Amino acid sequence: MILDNLFQSLSYYDESSEKYGVHSWRADFPILETSVHGKPLVYLDNAATTQKPLAVIEAESLYYRHDNANVHRGVHLLSQRATDAFEAARFKVQHLINAVSPDEIIFVRGTTEAINLVAQSYGRSRFKAGDEIILSRMEHHSNIVPWQILCEQTGVNLRIIPINNSGELELEAYNQLLNLRTKLVAVAHVSNAMGTINPVRAMIDLAHVHGVPVLLDGAQAIAHLPVDVQSLDCDFYAFSGHKLYGPTGIGVLFGKAALLEAMPPYQGGGDMIRSVSFDGTTYNTLPYKFEAGTPNIAGVIGLGAAVDYLAGIGFDALIEHELALLAYATQSVSDIPGLRIIGNALEKTAILSFVLEGIHPHDIGTILDRHGVAIRTGHHCTMPLMEHFGIAATARASFALYNTRTEVDKLVEAIYHVKELFGR
Amino acid sequence: MSDLRDLYQETIFDHYRQPRNFGRLQGANRRAEGYNPLCGDKVTLYLRVEDGVICNARFEGSGCAISTASASLMTENLKGKREEEALQLFDKFHGMVTGSTMTNDLGKLAVLAGVTEFPQRVKCATLAWHTMKAALQNIGEPVTTE
Ligand SMILES: Cc1ncc(COP(=O)(O)O)c(C=O)c1O
Repeated sequence: MILDNLFQSLSYYDESSEKYGVHSWRADFPILETSVHGKPLVYLDNAATTQKPLAVIEAESLYYRHDNANVHRGVHLLSQRATDAFEAARFKVQHLINAVSPDEIIFVRGTTEAINLVAQSYGRSRFKAGDEIILSRMEHHSNIVPWQILCEQTGVNLRIIPINNSGELELEAYNQLLNLRTKLVAVAHVSNAMGTINPVRAMIDLAHVHGVPVLLDGAQAIAHLPVDVQSLDCDFYAFSGHKLYGPTGIGVLFGKAALLEAMPPYQGGGDMIRSVSFDGTTYNTLPYKFEAGTPNIAGVIGLGAAVDYLAGIGFDALIEHELALLAYATQSVSDIPGLRIIGNALEKTAILSFVLEGIHPHDIGTILDRHGVAIRTGHHCTMPLMEHFGIAATARASFALYNTRTEVDKLVEAIYHVKELFGR
Repeated sequence: MSDLRDLYQETIFDHYRQPRNFGRLQGANRRAEGYNPLCGDKVTLYLRVEDGVICNARFEGSGCAISTASASLMTENLKGKREEEALQLFDKFHGMVTGSTMTNDLGKLAVLAGVTEFPQRVKCATLAWHTMKAALQNIGEPVTTE
């Protein structure tokens, strides 16, 4: 086929340009051996969830095979081992984000639950009608809807930071939104739909000048940037394990200890109490006050293994690899006629959202899938952002440490097949 | 990739690029909105029903090739059908795209049979049809494919 010849000549793939052992990293992920529709899997939906290295899969399996018991409640050996492994993971997460204390690490189901926790515990107990919460136009629905529920409950109002056409926050407008009624700023560290890295450090400083705490939705940052909650000085930081090469169903809320101490519990139950009587109950200390019920023990242990895995690779190598891949992909797709990239921020992680003239993203997704290329199509749970760009959906390729230039070439080749099929 | 060609047949591209009966229908007496939350596809269907017969059908909205072509082909097909016939057609069409029943009397609509190989796209193909059912039953709320 003409297309295939074209690609042979276009392909300027050079093994040596991937100096950071991406091929040995790939070997750590068993699923990357899979074929889909008879083609080798090209997994470019990492912003939705990342694949899991063997170390994570084994950590969960080993726990179930050898150590399974409930935590914090038994005197027997297995319970002790399970508790030790569980608390060891909390230390690992503390070091990953450089929190002052492990007590500031609350295990939750994911980013969504972390944000709901802050809304219902911190927000509901403190905010009054007329108070304001600042969000941005690029937020994921999980950093919008919990606040809308709070608005209904308390009468607080949302104020929205606008964005420019490159998909960057308008900082001047943000500055003007901050006022005496502002009670919280809740923004994405990195946009899931565009990869924009927001200037959160400066935004936090500005908020703090007004005495306003800041929650960062770190779902898309945690696996792609080093996060240091002390140097950021953020008040809350939320992320999900499954976007960090860890299991689903486990995530983290970091909160500054002083804030968490002053907050009422989110859910009631076992583990979160010190003593219970019908005359009154005293709550447990941090972090347990916010961890009611039997936690996702295997998930926490798997998350700990994921944190270790990432530490073994190191952010320097990872960032250099992912940014080189983003630059390569951006350059490769920019030659495709009729393709428009959504999100051209100067500071980006390796996410490439695009639309093709006259072809709906959903059709792109189906056709790419038949070529083995897994991408996400749709609104990415960011409908207000789509509205800003006047589109219903985009096609999004999002990269992780195990992706290669060869895979970018396959993506580009598959996009040409879409155009060929559509006669465009 | 033969199944891709089976899904994306020329007729589908034709109806995607030049949807028939596209736009508001003046004098419609039935109307319903459909929404596919998965991909954000939206369709508004207008019908003019007189003495139990659908005399006119038009649609508006934006969607993928499959949902647009399906809506376009459906509106062509509905004209002149009695309400019961339209509902029977819904069942046949639904049976065809979900692969649960074999039908060979769907005429031009058979071009959408390729959808059976793409389970994630069944909702695209049936969006307009669910909306038609709602319009005939005059359900006020937007219908979704969920
Ligand atoms: C920016 C952002 N925030 C929040 C979430 C929600 O994460 P989860 O579904 O893991 O709770 C996601 C992931 O879908 C996301 O990308």
